Amino acid sequence: MPVPHTARSEGSSGFAPAAPLELRSVTKRYPGQAVPAIAELSLEVPAGEVCVLVGPSGSGKTTAMRLINRMIELSSGDILLGGRSVLQRRPDELRREIGYVIQQIGLFPHHTVGENVATVPRLLGWERARIAHRVDELLELVGLDPQEMRGRYPAQLSGGQQQRVGVARALAADPPLMLMDEPFGAIDPINRERLQDEFLRLQATVRKTIVFVTHDIDEAIKMGDRIAILREGGVLAQYAAPAELLSRPADDFVAQFVGADRGLKRLTLATLADVELIEPNGLSPSARRVPLRTTVRDALSMILTAGGSPLTVVDDQGQVTGLVTLELVGGLLGKDGALAEPDGPAGGGGDGGA
Amino acid sequence: MHTLIQALQFIGHNGALPSDPAAPTLVHLTLQMLAISAAGIAISLVVGLPLGLWLGHLHRFSFLAINVSNIGRALPSLAVLAIGDAILGLGLTVTEVALVILAAPIAMTNAYVGIAGVDPEIVDAARGMGMGGWRILWQVELPLAIPLVFAGLRTAAVYVIATATIASLAGYNGGLGYIISDEQSYHQSGVLGASICVAALALLVEGLLALLQRALTPRGVRLERDVDDEGIEAILPVTIGG
Amino acid sequence: MIGIAASLPVIPTFGGAPSSYACERANRLFCSGWISQNWSTVLWPALRQHVLLSLVAVAIGFAISFVLALLAYRWHRLERPVILVSGILYTLPSLALFEILVTVKPLGLSARTAEVALVSYTLLILFRNIVTGLRAVPDDVKEAARGMGMTERQCLWRVEIPLALPSIIAGLRIATVTVIALATVAAYICDEGLGVPIFAAIQDGVFKTELIAAGGLAVVLAIVADGLLVLVQRALTPWARGRRLGAAR
Repeated sequence: MPVPHTARSEGSSGFAPAAPLELRSVTKRYPGQAVPAIAELSLEVPAGEVCVLVGPSGSGKTTAMRLINRMIELSSGDILLGGRSVLQRRPDELRREIGYVIQQIGLFPHHTVGENVATVPRLLGWERARIAHRVDELLELVGLDPQEMRGRYPAQLSGGQQQRVGVARALAADPPLMLMDEPFGAIDPINRERLQDEFLRLQATVRKTIVFVTHDIDEAIKMGDRIAILREGGVLAQYAAPAELLSRPADDFVAQFVGADRGLKRLTLATLADVELIEPNGLSPSARRVPLRTTVRDALSMILTAGGSPLTVVDDQGQVTGLVTLELVGGLLGKDGALAEPDGPAGGGGDGGA
Repeated sequence: MHTLIQALQFIGHNGALPSDPAAPTLVHLTLQMLAISAAGIAISLVVGLPLGLWLGHLHRFSFLAINVSNIGRALPSLAVLAIGDAILGLGLTVTEVALVILAAPIAMTNAYVGIAGVDPEIVDAARGMGMGGWRILWQVELPLAIPLVFAGLRTAAVYVIATATIASLAGYNGGLGYIISDEQSYHQSGVLGASICVAALALLVEGLLALLQRALTPRGVRLERDVDDEGIEAILPVTIGG
Repeated sequence: MIGIAASLPVIPTFGGAPSSYACERANRLFCSGWISQNWSTVLWPALRQHVLLSLVAVAIGFAISFVLALLAYRWHRLERPVILVSGILYTLPSLALFEILVTVKPLGLSARTAEVALVSYTLLILFRNIVTGLRAVPDDVKEAARGMGMTERQCLWRVEIPLALPSIIAGLRIATVTVIALATVAAYICDEGLGVPIFAAIQDGVFKTELIAAGGLAVVLAIVADGLLVLVQRALTPWARGRRLGAAR
């Protein structure tokens, strides 16, 4: 397993490789309670992927996450990080190799932004120059100006800025795994979307193994490479990529949790670039022009707003590439549609949709 | 040990002094002390409490309200008593005035912090329901502020008793301090005996007031507070004021 | 009913510099000349002793309270008994406590006895403020600290105690001011501190000048000590200052 304090720090390409995570029959039972909080949970997260834990409250998603870095101790089962059991290490040492981001952020009020970010490197005993370099590097990575922000105190930052510092702080020692517990929950919706987008961009660069907890299915679909839906008692209902989850929910519970509009949700997973557009000949195009990167769902919304009229699709240079119509979108999810799932039985379970 | 036994004997003999049969008895002195203290406490409360409650309700003059007791705490009670006696002559009135000057700020500050510290949202809700200022103070703020107000009362009471004891050193002859200041006549055993009485008196008063506080604290407030808040809270609020 | 004896109290003398009451007897006003004359012989030594007396008391009281507070922070059940005992000690009137302690054999009429009593007055306030300060540290900050891999001890010393500093120093301020005021009475059982000139003045048919000078010095000392502690707090807690400087956007 890569040892974090050997991480190179010459830029984002210098991030150490991520480690795979495996939960094996993990159980957590609290004394005096008949039903365990988590019962025999098993799943694997390949290195560099984002696994989102979703579920209603009481499903034990935060508990499961906190078992990984031993903030809560296992009752039985094992958790392997990079092939090595977390039980073999001292909890403090283990946690220095796992990035931890919580909803209320928990920045140290008495430390500057720079000192906050430097926390784990300091615990690991890095030299001062290296720490300073790393702090600047990370602040830039999360979109904050190091010169301006380094010496500020958390009380002087907005909520969004604090959250970014929290993420930078978690990345500081270049951990192979990150745990994030509703990190954007305390942010207003507008900034939340922005932070989510930036985080996805960040992840594309650093490619960490991430376990992300949320109660919001839309956030899960947006952020996750794989989604684990937990029901009460930490029981795994389904563990799959978003597209599969939306087209083939495993049972009624999942179907309900995912929502009756899962068809529409599936359309958020694709953009107009993924779709074969209609040649613009003969049909009267609407004045409305939309870029290729628009999600299919947003495009559908615009078509409906325009009363069913087609939209003209343009590329980044403004060149017309084709038309998208209501009929085109309507056929995408069907059996032979462009966005249908390639393998597995057609049609989903539950409400007989898709 | 020997002194202790003698002291207890002294107490048992009601403070009789073989060399001076006309000397006041222990009971007499204790009652005298209680009287002085009671008067001092009462006047301090009358002076300090309403002012503190009112200012706290209005949220005005916080700097003054909080810092007046900081100054008061810095005044050596001995010096205040002595100066009072010097400038205005020996006497009960002067001693009482000195007691009030020293103790009233405590009552006032704690009343202020207690009332001002009531959750503003609760006061807001009360106002929204149509309660007027006076009613809010009486029915909402005061019950919620009882722990702190009482803490002020308890500290002031104990402080008055302590100062009344010292009063004898400054020239006023009365109360148990009379014995403590006269070691030549009463010897160590007498002094120890009187000291024990004073200590017991203070603890008794504090204990009674604690019971009174518990009786007067609304049940909801009592349930909310932690166990450890039973102590003398007089000190705490004044600190966080900066 | 309550007889007021006009006679002066009988207070044991401990020597100390004689005060020249004559000037006041002469014109019954405040003799400012006396102060400058007797500064180095009476007031300054008394002030020095007073500072030492107070400093030692607060230092020892803080040490004891700090240890107790850390223990009580860890083991909740200790809190109640400590508060009870220190509360009782705090309630005991100073003069009574001094006299009681004097009869305890190893102590006696000495500065050490006075110190013991003064220390016991600081315990309640310091203990409560330290514990309260520690408890006030937000949960998410502690969660983040442990989650990042700090040991319990590292979290305590690097996070919890620094964040509890405002409350701790507030307690120190109150304890210091209280001790400085109380230490004047200590002169009754030991020949030290600003209480010495105060008692001497009282004995002299109340020599106002000396009384006001010594008493005034005690007040000034308390205010200066308080101010110093405020400066210490400002220096140790730069983040609180930051809230005043930079606006949160």
